[in-house]
Amino acid sequence: MTFFFEVLIGGLLAGVMYSLVALGFVLIYKASGVFNFAQGAMVFFAALTFVSFVERGLNFWLAFAVTLAVMIALGFAIERLMLRPLVNQPQITLFMATIGLAYFIEGLAQGLWGAQVHAIELPIKDVPFTVAGVNVSQFDLFISGTAGVLVIALAAFFNYTRIGRALRAVADDHQAALSIGIPLERIWAIVWAVAGFVALVAGLLWGSRTGVQFALTFTALKALPVLILGGFESIAGAIVGGLIIGASEKLAEVYIGSSIGLNIGTGIENWFPYALAMVFLLIRPEGLFGERRIERV
Amino acid sequence: MIYREAGQFKTTYPEDQQIFPIRQDRYAMAAILAVAFCVIPLVASDYWFTAILIPFLILSLAALGLNILTGYTGQLSLGTAGFMAVGAFAAFNFVLRVPGMPVLLAFFLAGLTAALVGLAFGLPSLRIKGFYLAVATLAAQFFIEWVLIKFGWFSNYNSSGVISAQKIVILGYEFTTPRSKYLLTLCIVALLALAAKNMVRSETGRSWMAVRDMDIAAEVIGIRIFRVKLLAFAVSSFYCGVAGALWAFAYLGSVEPAAFTLERSFQILFMIIIGGVGSILGSFLGAAFIVLLPILLNVGAHYIPWVARDLLSNLELIIFGALIIFFLAVEPHGLARLWQIGKEKLRLWPFPH
Repeated sequence: MTFFFEVLIGGLLAGVMYSLVALGFVLIYKASGVFNFAQGAMVFFAALTFVSFVERGLNFWLAFAVTLAVMIALGFAIERLMLRPLVNQPQITLFMATIGLAYFIEGLAQGLWGAQVHAIELPIKDVPFTVAGVNVSQFDLFISGTAGVLVIALAAFFNYTRIGRALRAVADDHQAALSIGIPLERIWAIVWAVAGFVALVAGLLWGSRTGVQFALTFTALKALPVLILGGFESIAGAIVGGLIIGASEKLAEVYIGSSIGLNIGTGIENWFPYALAMVFLLIRPEGLFGERRIERV
Repeated sequence: MIYREAGQFKTTYPEDQQIFPIRQDRYAMAAILAVAFCVIPLVASDYWFTAILIPFLILSLAALGLNILTGYTGQLSLGTAGFMAVGAFAAFNFVLRVPGMPVLLAFFLAGLTAALVGLAFGLPSLRIKGFYLAVATLAAQFFIEWVLIKFGWFSNYNSSGVISAQKIVILGYEFTTPRSKYLLTLCIVALLALAAKNMVRSETGRSWMAVRDMDIAAEVIGIRIFRVKLLAFAVSSFYCGVAGALWAFAYLGSVEPAAFTLERSFQILFMIIIGGVGSILGSFLGAAFIVLLPILLNVGAHYIPWVARDLLSNLELIIFGALIIFFLAVEPHGLARLWQIGKEKLRLWPFPH
């Protein structure tokens, strides 16, 4: 039983990592109706930029500030050069543009900083401790705390500030938002900058786990099932979805493989979350917390 | 002046319904086919066949398949490469396990197998829409990759999962030279493109487009959405499956599941974006663009000596990404639309008013 709980908790904490990336997606989708495929590339770019500054002698906070400035500049540049010409295009066009953006950022990151693998040292000790016989990693708890703070802050931002309400209006309908005088350009720039900040946080935490390398861009693929499970528009959904995916993925890998007796458990983590999310979708097509769409002719 | 349909009267229904109603279009098409079938085999070198023409044709076919699903039916799919993999491995297994299996029949059956798999993964499309469906098709991509790697039966227990495509023998003639493989690929692609063109201008295609434009409205006017969507998934996967089989048999010779990753799916998606979503011609233009672009960039880089090799591949990514954004911003309907605009201009030239 202890083993079961250890697997479960390990899975839940891994799920929080997915949620962190998914949060960036939700943010942009909620605010601009764009499904931002480049989020994974942004995570990679942020982590790589940060690490390169640290390796050039900047201290942690200075590097963090400089990278944040770079991410904000990137957000503004994306708004100016990519989104503005695409106002009022169908969502699918915007989605495809973000795939192009993902390529661009990947090339830019590696062109600027090289393609070597870097390690990030975060000032947190990774000493596991024991609660009721179950090993818990301190580092994982720190990640969960960070995710919790981010979620509360973002939820408050969306619900209680003027900009937050403007963001939701823009997501509903570009044209209607423009016509009541919401400055679309500025709103988009802000939301992409915030997404850049989330990407930076996710990049640091993922990077300290796995090393800063190209594989970080695949975190986007890990976050997608979390997203469709939780619903694209819901910050809470990103967290709950992450927890469900993380826990069930680990449990499935450990238990399905061994119980059938075949050695099929290995390597299922690539598709199992997707299959799980699809089963959920068949029952609730807009995800657990997504907004129900009423379609009219 | 040259491109004008004035004076071409249609006096019978068949004349009105032909694929290319304008005479100049018919001549142009005939000229293109003549060049592709007669001139190119005589003048092109082996490098052109193996490095450019064959992959171009095969990827056009895959793009055509994706265009049927995404461009005409509006169901965004990110699992194209997965269906190509099904086709490649199915063709290999049909030839391997059924004695005396003709290669062309194996290609056909490989297409059907891919169509069946496509049907299975198209089932959720009834309830799931838009991006949710796109992510669901990613499940197909990853699941197929995993199955092909995990179960050795599919690759005949090759330790690294590689299949070596058998020789292509049709009626005793063995297709070994690049030239003959090119001609075989060209025949198959031309036939399937003709079929696709006819499908999209028939009732089937019109119901696909109705579902694309607004599926609820389509349902209201009596189109059976479920059947139409599934048909699109099946036809699209059939095209991708045949493309995958050709990829293994006519192009690479030996392939592994890693040849059909998500990267490939995106590559094909880009082809239809750049070429033109919802256009048969666009599939070919887009494929040509995506196949030629890296080669041109490579050649171009030779003339700029200060570009380092590792920088070059990143530069390629950057230019590629920027071009996609540029195309979407400037002309969301792709190269095919530019061609259409050009034709319109030609009709009016030299008197634009």
